[in-house]
Amino acid sequence: MNILRTTALAFCALSTTATAQTDPENWDAVTAAANGQTVYWNAWGGSTQTNDFIAWVGDRVSEDYGVTLEHVKLSDTADAVSRVLAEKSAGQNDDGAIDMIWINGANFAAMKDANLLFGPFAESLPNWALVDVQGKSVQSDFTVPTDGMESPWAMAQVVFIHDTADLAAPLGSMEAILEWSSANPGRFTFPQPPDFLGTTFLKQALIDLLDDTTVLSAPVGDNYDEVTAPLWDFMDALTPTLWRQGKAYPQTGPRQLQLIADNEVDLAISFSPGEASAAIANFQLPDTARTFVLDKGTLGNASFVAIPYNSGSSEGAMVVANFLMSAEAQTRAQNPDILGYGTVLNMDALSTNERAAFDALDLGIATLSPAELGTALPEPHPSWATRLADDWAARYGVAQ
Amino acid sequence: MNHELHLDNIRISKDGRELIAIDQTVAAGEVLSVMGPSGAGKSTLLNYIIGTLPSDFKATGAVLLNGADLCALPSNQRQVGILFQDDLLFPHMSVGQNLAFGLSADIRGADRPARIDQALTEIGLEGFADRDPETLSGGQKARVALMRMLLSEPRVLLLDEAFSRLDTERRDQIRTLVFDTARARQLPVIMVTHDQADADAAGGPVFYLTD
Amino acid sequence: MRRGISIRWLPLLTVLAMLGPVVAGLLGTIAPAFGYLPAANMTERTVAPFVDLFRWGGFPHAVMLSVTTGFLATSLSLLITVLIIAGWHGTRAFNLIRRLLSPLLSVPHAASAFGIAFLITPSGWVARAFSPWLTGWERPPDVLIVQDHWGLAMVVGLVAKEVPFLLLMSLAALGQVNAKSSATIAAALGYGRVTGWLKTVFPRVYAQIRLPVYVVLAYSMSTVDVAIVLGPNTPPTLSVQIVKWMSDPDLAMRLEAAAAALVQLLLVIGALIWWRGGEIVVGILGAKWVMRGTRSFGDNALRVVGLGAGVLVCTGVLLGLVSLGVWSVAGLWSYPDVLPDSLSARSWSRHWGNIFDTGITTLLIAVCATFIAVLLTLGCLEAEYRFDFTMSERGVFLLYLPLMVPQTAFLPGLQTLMLSAGLKSGFVPVVLAHLVFVLPYVFLSLSDPFRAWDVRFGTIAAALGRSANGVFWRVRLPMLLAPVLTAVAVGFAASVGQYLPTLLVGGGRLSTLTTEAVALAAGGDRRAIGVYGLAQTVAAILPFAAALLLPQIIWRNRRGLSDA
Repeated sequence: MNILRTTALAFCALSTTATAQTDPENWDAVTAAANGQTVYWNAWGGSTQTNDFIAWVGDRVSEDYGVTLEHVKLSDTADAVSRVLAEKSAGQNDDGAIDMIWINGANFAAMKDANLLFGPFAESLPNWALVDVQGKSVQSDFTVPTDGMESPWAMAQVVFIHDTADLAAPLGSMEAILEWSSANPGRFTFPQPPDFLGTTFLKQALIDLLDDTTVLSAPVGDNYDEVTAPLWDFMDALTPTLWRQGKAYPQTGPRQLQLIADNEVDLAISFSPGEASAAIANFQLPDTARTFVLDKGTLGNASFVAIPYNSGSSEGAMVVANFLMSAEAQTRAQNPDILGYGTVLNMDALSTNERAAFDALDLGIATLSPAELGTALPEPHPSWATRLADDWAARYGVAQ
Repeated sequence: MNHELHLDNIRISKDGRELIAIDQTVAAGEVLSVMGPSGAGKSTLLNYIIGTLPSDFKATGAVLLNGADLCALPSNQRQVGILFQDDLLFPHMSVGQNLAFGLSADIRGADRPARIDQALTEIGLEGFADRDPETLSGGQKARVALMRMLLSEPRVLLLDEAFSRLDTERRDQIRTLVFDTARARQLPVIMVTHDQADADAAGGPVFYLTD
Repeated sequence: MRRGISIRWLPLLTVLAMLGPVVAGLLGTIAPAFGYLPAANMTERTVAPFVDLFRWGGFPHAVMLSVTTGFLATSLSLLITVLIIAGWHGTRAFNLIRRLLSPLLSVPHAASAFGIAFLITPSGWVARAFSPWLTGWERPPDVLIVQDHWGLAMVVGLVAKEVPFLLLMSLAALGQVNAKSSATIAAALGYGRVTGWLKTVFPRVYAQIRLPVYVVLAYSMSTVDVAIVLGPNTPPTLSVQIVKWMSDPDLAMRLEAAAAALVQLLLVIGALIWWRGGEIVVGILGAKWVMRGTRSFGDNALRVVGLGAGVLVCTGVLLGLVSLGVWSVAGLWSYPDVLPDSLSARSWSRHWGNIFDTGITTLLIAVCATFIAVLLTLGCLEAEYRFDFTMSERGVFLLYLPLMVPQTAFLPGLQTLMLSAGLKSGFVPVVLAHLVFVLPYVFLSLSDPFRAWDVRFGTIAAALGRSANGVFWRVRLPMLLAPVLTAVAVGFAASVGQYLPTLLVGGGRLSTLTTEAVALAAGGDRRAIGVYGLAQTVAAILPFAAALLLPQIIWRNRRGLSDA
């Protein structure tokens, strides 16, 4: 049926539909308006598992709500931000090209500040009642308050993936990583900042190296040089021991998995505890791959979806956002054979059956249990990430 | 019908240099031979009569057929027939389709294939209607080309070195066929050639182009 | 004669269709480059973006990369092309190469780059074939090959696509230049094969392929897809950096991107001028060489080098494609296995649905863009014939212009302009954007065969009573079926391979096989890349197969046309 739809789109390219956006509080009105809408969800498309999951979401919301979900695959969330910005500057204030964006961190902060978002809507969604607001940081995104302008759907926590065939034991700290990398040069790398995972490595290293991390909750200030000095000493020592002597880096997270499979590196950083298991199931990693976290703990954050201010299908988008927070979707997302993402839900808020479904999940051989994962460390203020990424680019991003 | 062709003070020049200056009448059934060394511009005269003279040539003068100036008409309404060195049978059409191409639209329906079969018999190629032109011999192709032209009922015949590709044996045959047909239909003929033998066989007036 | 008038304006319309978007896009880039971006509340006109650009640490290297990879790729491609032709024209090996050319050309840049990347990377196929039994490498060596600092891997990837392109253009030129007799005369005078060809034929051929060489130079300097796959990242080439800045959430970076786009344009213009200067110098030196009368100049060695390079290029691209195929059905495949541990149809079955959908979109866009392009081209060429004007050199230059302006320099500007004009992103704008790049290729492919058609057929048809339109539809077009189908195939392949136009002008709403493939490249899932790369290649090659087969079928009873 998609072919027909595409053909129809082709010949109706210039038609517009004017929509007035419905108040999120009135859920019946929202679902009524959503019926028949098409939602263009701009989401990172670099992982086939995620793409498949989104396709499944599309099937379900079509069945239950009559909403058609189109996954627009991005290689970079900032592309979507650019697009909404371009539309705003051209005065295109209704029915923009994008209805929903998978977003967090600096991208969210940028859109929120530039008034590019629709809302608040997240806390009005029915499934918000199931979300673990107390235990997980879903109301603040990299210390920036969400104010209901984005709705959570997955929890991420940094883990390190290692190939036990070459690196048998977990490494407990950044210093241990440096020691191992110096002894085994060329076997470790990370995605090139400003890729979010690469920047995450920098943040993780900084947090691990610092004794007092409270200073990172506040925006970056004159204390930058003093605070980050240990990080740059660490990076100066680490960079020459990296894969390709630090002269080239993989450009994204999944790229690193390919390197492990190619036996080019033995250690990689990941934001998804279940990613290694999912990759093994998918032939992308050898079955000797395992994960570990650092002794002091690792960073964690939430993934959100936000709706641009000029979306013509905001009701449909809200329906999708709500569905993403449902027990059914969350259970499926946590299944490592499918996606392996952490859940945003509060187990106590679920019914017995729903809870049982979660408990029955086999998290996968390479996935650490929630106890082993420990507490997730909070993200620093987004200004630190930006500054670290820029500084890294200036110091190492332009090789000699 | 008795057609008389009058080339009325035709002057063709290029880049300021005059190539052709001719004022000549060709009676019905008569052959005017236009001779001269290669490059002198013989074919330009034929182009002018047909109406396909390139724009970098300048030409004045009228081509009067029974008193009416052909130059006032577009090429496809002049009813002038032309034969080139190469038979130029349309390769994507069968022999029969080639012949039908020139056949007047006034002949319709079942009369058309009948007329074509009759034409084929006339040139000794009975039953060749569905053949691929490439499978014919040189002489056969020349005859088909001639018949294709004749089926369009031209009032004038132009021959642009039409016999120079044929070997001597064929040459006589085809040449005689063309001249006899022209005489029978009382058509004026202008033949461009560099071969004196052609001009002798034509037996009509000869116009020499100088360099 | 209404028809006659409208066809007369076709050349103008065609030029507008091709250059209008380019000019509009360039204008749309100039404003942000000087600080004017209302959406980000930046309205002062300033040169700050340029200052920021020059202050960027990677600027000198990115500029140098663009220039050196451009010159290196172009020179190498030209050299290899020349050696192949000089050494082997007229031989049977050459005919084999001729037949391989069109399929090789139609492999999209992205697919070819992926394939080559897998071949030459230290853990890649070539290394695996010789490890560890020959090389002793238990683990792949930590050598920077793909994404190397000087862009050499990128040059390899570029050369692999550019040699077939230049070969094809040269072959067309050879036809017009009467190469055979010159070669015979040179041989009779005692010249070696290569030296003789270089001294007698090359200057004339080069005059004809000058513009394609400029296109190759401009493309090598400003490519994005090949640079993403094979080029360095610390820092990347200027074009890749422009696309990165365009996507940065910090809106001020957009200004820097626009400034860099203008710099890129100036670099390309400068490089072209430099190359032109180089031509003159080579001309002078060449004339001296001719005067000296050297009969032979390492001819045999050069012949071998030429053939070797040609074979390397062909096998590189073909092997790369095969590797994509193997990846698409691979189970677990790790170093140093030459073949996967297991085969699995999983990648194909999981992607097939999306491939089908995006494939349809790709085909629809290609069909529309190519249809319009062929229509305009045929119209222009017919107008040329009917109204007796020929395209001047300037006209030919205009034809190549869209291919010489870097895409990153005008597509973002075009996107903004379109939005301001209220044109929703979607199918029609994308088709029009594709048209800009499809038209030149269709025109180049069709113009020579069209003009080479014996006009005496037209004269005869007119003498037999057909109107000009009748001659066109009933005689000329049927006789030109094979060239028209080839032009359609060329246009199709050009459209299938487009990345930036679909991405930027389509606003992300339209996914084609190429946008999916490049998006997946960021993810590193080689199996998915294999599947999409192959699908992309098939989509581009099928029309060529049709262009070869259809005339054979349609003209099976017409020997005059079926062995063209």
